[in-house]
Amino acid sequence: MNPEIAPRTSLTRTLFRSDATQRLLAFAGLIVLIVVFSIASPYFRTETNFLSIALATAVNGVLALGVTFVIISGGIDLSIGTVMTFGAVMSAVFITNWNLPVPIGVLGGIGAGVLAGIANGIIIAKLKVPPFIATLGMLNVAKGLSLVISQVHPIYYPTAPEFNQIASGSIIGQIIPALPIPNAVLILIVAAAVASIILTKTVLGRYTFALGSNEEATRLSGVNVDVWKIAIYMVCGAFAGLAGVLIASRINSAQPALGQGYELDAIAAAVIGGTSLAGGEGTIVGTIIGAFIISTLGNGLQILSVPQEWQTVITGVIIILAVYLDILRRRAA
Amino acid sequence: MNNVLVEMEGIEKQFPGVHALEQCRFELRAGEVHVLVGENGAGKSTLMKVLAGIYMKDAGRILVKGQEVDIHSPNAAQLLGISMVHQELNLMNHLTVAQNIFIGREPRAKIPYFLDEKKLNEQAQQVLDRLHLKLNPHTKVADLTVAKQQMVEIAKALSMNSQVLIMDEPTAALTDTEVDELFNIVRHLRDQGVGIVHISHRLEELKQIANRITVMRDGHYVDTLNAQDATLDQIISMMVGRVIYETAPEIPENPSQEIVLEVRNLNRGRLIKDVSFTLKQGEILGFSGLVGAGRTEVARTIFGADRLDSGEIYVKGKKVRIKTPTDAVKYGITYLSEDRKRYGLVLGMDVETNIVLATFQKFLAPLGWVKTPQTKQTAKRYVDMLAIKTPGLQRKAKFLSGGTQQKIVIGKWLTADTNILIFDEPTRGIDVGAKSEIYKLLNDLAHQGKSIIMISSELPEILRMSHRIIVMCEGRITANLSSAEATQENIMKYATKRGPLVGTNESNEPVTEFGNA
Repeated sequence: MNPEIAPRTSLTRTLFRSDATQRLLAFAGLIVLIVVFSIASPYFRTETNFLSIALATAVNGVLALGVTFVIISGGIDLSIGTVMTFGAVMSAVFITNWNLPVPIGVLGGIGAGVLAGIANGIIIAKLKVPPFIATLGMLNVAKGLSLVISQVHPIYYPTAPEFNQIASGSIIGQIIPALPIPNAVLILIVAAAVASIILTKTVLGRYTFALGSNEEATRLSGVNVDVWKIAIYMVCGAFAGLAGVLIASRINSAQPALGQGYELDAIAAAVIGGTSLAGGEGTIVGTIIGAFIISTLGNGLQILSVPQEWQTVITGVIIILAVYLDILRRRAA
Repeated sequence: MNNVLVEMEGIEKQFPGVHALEQCRFELRAGEVHVLVGENGAGKSTLMKVLAGIYMKDAGRILVKGQEVDIHSPNAAQLLGISMVHQELNLMNHLTVAQNIFIGREPRAKIPYFLDEKKLNEQAQQVLDRLHLKLNPHTKVADLTVAKQQMVEIAKALSMNSQVLIMDEPTAALTDTEVDELFNIVRHLRDQGVGIVHISHRLEELKQIANRITVMRDGHYVDTLNAQDATLDQIISMMVGRVIYETAPEIPENPSQEIVLEVRNLNRGRLIKDVSFTLKQGEILGFSGLVGAGRTEVARTIFGADRLDSGEIYVKGKKVRIKTPTDAVKYGITYLSEDRKRYGLVLGMDVETNIVLATFQKFLAPLGWVKTPQTKQTAKRYVDMLAIKTPGLQRKAKFLSGGTQQKIVIGKWLTADTNILIFDEPTRGIDVGAKSEIYKLLNDLAHQGKSIIMISSELPEILRMSHRIIVMCEGRITANLSSAEATQENIMKYATKRGPLVGTNESNEPVTEFGNA
């Protein structure tokens, strides 16, 4: 008769309590989407189309990876869309304006994101500005800086034709011609693996969950909360910078006016994948599934000739539905 | 005097508007349980938080093993072997037991920044074994009961090889069996030479566990006594500095026979089973039982906070349907939650706003304009009437002590002028003085003709206050006793009377829910 040893163990409860449930639901949702679209249109179920979905997922996916850390830690980062643009512009400045080698340009783009992330982290952790406001400010700062630096013009990569290959080439395709998976997708997979390792195996990951679960308790446990918060926003910024390099490479130019709105898709991907906006919960696999749901939905609806306006409406409904399911699950647990 | 672990002398601490500690001293020896008592706001927690590096002292000296030390952060305290288990649980619910115990000190793998999860779980298991705790290091803390979470906190504090363990009201949320379990661990640690500071409001615990007792009052040190020499009355009078009547029971007369509330065959899932009772005008009806017996659930259901599966509720003989708390207030029923911080108060707002919040409609002029003179007047009236200790009406609720907060909640519901008041653990976490004031208040309310349901886990309180006592166990009412019939022994008997009563036919139902609700 020990109440702790004899919990209620009905199947539904076990199922609903498991952390994997939201991921499972999201994954099932993705499968349903694919099946429905495949039945609805023969154009959907082609290899080329699947590749284009994967390619469309890459940029949003990388952004979502970063913001997953921030959301699990109980914060939010609204600046990732324009920080991505800032990264793209900086890579172009390094490569085109300063004529530096492509790898330096790539590092420059990521570095720009890292700097923005560190700035976010310091403003939030040290100046105690709420994350929503701090990153809303950074959204504008990054957007403005991108426009100033580029003088409101797109910057191209005439001196480095190979830059385009970063996202659009296919290393796998060169080795296995039957499998022309673009590098952007490969980069997403590698980035997701790295993110997953950081989140589950390292100190940073542990404190990301701890902060989101109970910040005060973490502080009282002697953890230097400020430093780790800055690190978390820095990781997020790094992924935003990487996304910037990817998008610049894909469209072969740094477009300074692009970017705003991307942050919301990335946050949506994380949330659909089961990351809790209240903090403390989330997985990389979930986020990737979430990102795929968003791009599959966009792609499928486009193929079915659903007007752009309605696609936006449907995406919105899906986001609300996903979060509602998550709330139901929590209530059951 | 070789075994003195900690000496604090002349400790001063000012908060804005409050002189929290004035010339305070404290001494802790190795291998003793030193209980720190005092009313709320006496400065017990503040003094210990200074020792644990959470607050910085303004003046004074702290000596650890004879060496003067500077404790400027929780980390510094930990390095000196001082750790503190806080009043509010400070755990990360999403992490496992092991991850919580070693937060901030995780075993690392060979690669920098990487964790050694295997070693983490092994070490956690060792700590748990040492404390004889039957906990799985892999369990998520959110899945544990409050008592087990408390144990995790203690395991965490002790995993730092602490020589000084400070526990701030660890028993406030525990049942008697759980308290026994905790005290066994505490005795075990004491015998190993750990110095333990135990802050408590439960004076009956003193005899069970204390070696020495230090009394504080209004930010001052009063005295330190040997536990075996001290009597309860002596300690209480030192705590309050005035005479209060803690032991004498006083049950006001209740001449009325008019039934104001009747509940028939209330059912809600497995939590409430066939509950029926009546409440008379001017009556205080005590609800007793163990934690999880379903008392709070009954109250919440009557109040419309939870839905019922079946059953009928009559207010003054008329059948009513209560679907929401708004309905309940309309029928004159109010509910004062046991968790005042979560449900009873808006902590970030001032005293005045909190008091008028439940009846805000009354103070609205057309266009939603708030009649501030009236709100101020009303708030002032209740502050005076309930003797709410606050520097002013504009003081934010979070800066006030637990007892004062509870009074504000009571004041808030009194403004609603309802006739049926349900108090859920009205004195939890409140010091003796404030308790006695709350008892007096409940009596006064009953005398004025209000009907009161009082849910309480403290038997002396129930016995002292109630005209009648309903005892619940596992969602059922197992006894309905008059104050004359009730004793601690028979209440406990009925509170543990598990399984179906004679005459029901649900005998096959397993009884696994106990203590889990």
